Amino acid sequence: MNSAQMVLMVAAVLFALGLVGVLTRKNVIFMLISVEIMLNAAGMAFVAAGAKWQQPDGQIMFLFILAMAAAEVSVGLALVLQIYHQHKTMDVDRLRELRD
Amino acid sequence: MNQLLAYIPAFPLLGFILLSLFGRKLTNPVIAIIGAGTVCLAAITTIVLGVSFLQTPPQGGAWQQLLWSWFRVGTLSVDLSLRIDALTLIFIFIITFVGALIHIYSTFFMRHDADYARFFASMNLFVCSMLLLVMADNLVLLYLGWEGVGLCSYLLIGFWYDVPSNCRAANKAFLITRIGDTALLIGLFLLFKELGSLNMGTILQQAPKHFVSGGASITLITILLMVGGMGKSAQLPLQTWLPDAMAGPSPVSALIHAATMVTAGVYLIARMNGLFQLSPVTMAIVAIVGAITLFVAGCSALAQTDIKRILAYSTISQIGYMFLALGVGAWSAAIFHFFTHAFFKALLFLAAGVIIEALHHEHNIFMMGGLRKRMPEVFLTFLAGAAALSALPLVSAGFYSKDAILWYSWSAAGGNPVLWLMALAGAFITALYSTRLMLVVFWGDMRSPVHEQPDKGMIIPLIVLAFFSVTAGFIEWPHNLFHLTLFSDQVQQVLPQTVMKENEPSEWLFQGIAALVTLSGVYLGYVLYYGKSGVRWQQSPGLSATRDFLFSGWKFDQLYNYVFVKPYLFLTRINKGDVIDKLYNAIAQGSMRLNSWFSVSQNGSLRMYIVGVLAGILFIITLQLLL
Repeated sequence: MNSAQMVLMVAAVLFALGLVGVLTRKNVIFMLISVEIMLNAAGMAFVAAGAKWQQPDGQIMFLFILAMAAAEVSVGLALVLQIYHQHKTMDVDRLRELRD
Repeated sequence: MNQLLAYIPAFPLLGFILLSLFGRKLTNPVIAIIGAGTVCLAAITTIVLGVSFLQTPPQGGAWQQLLWSWFRVGTLSVDLSLRIDALTLIFIFIITFVGALIHIYSTFFMRHDADYARFFASMNLFVCSMLLLVMADNLVLLYLGWEGVGLCSYLLIGFWYDVPSNCRAANKAFLITRIGDTALLIGLFLLFKELGSLNMGTILQQAPKHFVSGGASITLITILLMVGGMGKSAQLPLQTWLPDAMAGPSPVSALIHAATMVTAGVYLIARMNGLFQLSPVTMAIVAIVGAITLFVAGCSALAQTDIKRILAYSTISQIGYMFLALGVGAWSAAIFHFFTHAFFKALLFLAAGVIIEALHHEHNIFMMGGLRKRMPEVFLTFLAGAAALSALPLVSAGFYSKDAILWYSWSAAGGNPVLWLMALAGAFITALYSTRLMLVVFWGDMRSPVHEQPDKGMIIPLIVLAFFSVTAGFIEWPHNLFHLTLFSDQVQQVLPQTVMKENEPSEWLFQGIAALVTLSGVYLGYVLYYGKSGVRWQQSPGLSATRDFLFSGWKFDQLYNYVFVKPYLFLTRINKGDVIDKLYNAIAQGSMRLNSWFSVSQNGSLRMYIVGVLAGILFIITLQLLL
């Protein structure tokens, strides 16, 4: 097993952890953090691929992901603040206003 | 000269447009000038055209004016083009001349009506449509006029629309004539399918080459055209609308339901004479329908008490004479009867309008009486009209036209003794009910006070029409009396000559019988209705069943009620929920059901949505790996 495969395995484990976090956590902030973990897992996979083929593209993609994650967190946290202001709760199971 | 043609219908059309756009803003005198003036202009144009037509007959016997091309579809090209030949000239003369008199009369008759402009707008539109009908040189334009007059008839019967029964009468007239119109339309489609053209000249030219005489297709086409004519002309079995159409104002009855529109069927058959001659069966049916109608309607007129309904049934009966004449092939006699009938029947309706107004909207003749002294001008003009209606020998226009029809119903090639006997019975009945009408209304005690004397402006049209009711017959004399045939000379440029039987009997004999029958009808009327006996006779209990039967117009309304209306209502009751709607309702309900099933997934739980996304991704990846 070469190093790229190992890094990919780590990335897959990280991604699965993040996904499980999104699915099981009730608190919106924890769900956001889990999403961040999933993003990092994806970024790691890009870096590993870039290292394997000796190309800069993988790292460029990671920089994009970083920038995107920063933007996403700022919007996400702003939304979380608003949700808390309006509903006085962070429990995603109680935030069901969009149900039919 | 043929540049003037378009002005004849254009003047009334202009009047209609002006009155319908600005009618509310104009004062009554202006409305009267526009309404009556445009028709008078059309009448003057017609007379100018007519004089020059008689002086210098045009090449080919007709003037034609192509205005513009209406539409072109495939091989069908329909032009807005007008045509005047001798037959059309007679019709437009009646329409514009009698129409102008009736419009002048209406300016006084309707003066207290709030909807003065609407009345004249509808009347002008009617005159325009009727002129288009008779001036059209193709059947599509004729159909446009045909529907136009139907519309105006509907609008004017229901003119006083705040009375529900008037609206019912208008609907009835519209619906029943529509049966005929539909038949006519199908006939036109068939004609186009067979001949590939709806131009009248082309049709009449090609029909003898294309159709086998007496063949099935020509018989079908002519029967459909005839049914169209029967609807408009109120012939059996589509006659029931005309008596109810008397709900409209009297000038409307005079113009539309006596002089012009109801003779559109006669015009159609006369115009399409080349087709009808190819189908002896249809000709026989036309004659039989006419004969039965004239008898049935004449009997009904005997029992009516409403002055306008008497005249309405008498109109049906007189148009029956025209159909009879058409059916036996006496083309010019039919048109001649139309010509004289227009004068005297318009006169009778207008005079009836004067009487009704003077007696405070009293329609019942048994509430009138004794008007001879109080309204002498109306009495004299009405007398002229009634004499023409009952065809008093020699002194009335009706005699010359009706005598010709009686004579031809026996002696023309299509005639036979049964038709003649029916016509003779009709003549007797006509004389009887005319006498009854005269005696009950103008003699005896005065049963209603005269409320106001009519205006001079209403009397003058009556006098003009009375003059023509007496003299219009003198332009065409029976062959044996005096050889003067101005009318048929003109008409026979367009219509074929009447074919006579071999070794015809003496015309003198027939004239003698007809005159005798008319006079005995008058005498019987005198015996029955003169003095007090009229009311007694009318109320005698032994006759009440017959009287009710005739009063209701031979129960045709009740018959149609049972045969058509009741079953129809029954079907509608069964089908209240609309069977076909069930299919569409099922589709709608299925969608609602599916919606309620799927909306379970729309539960607002963010985690469920993520699971959904994940399941989708896994599904796609699995597919990718498997395929």
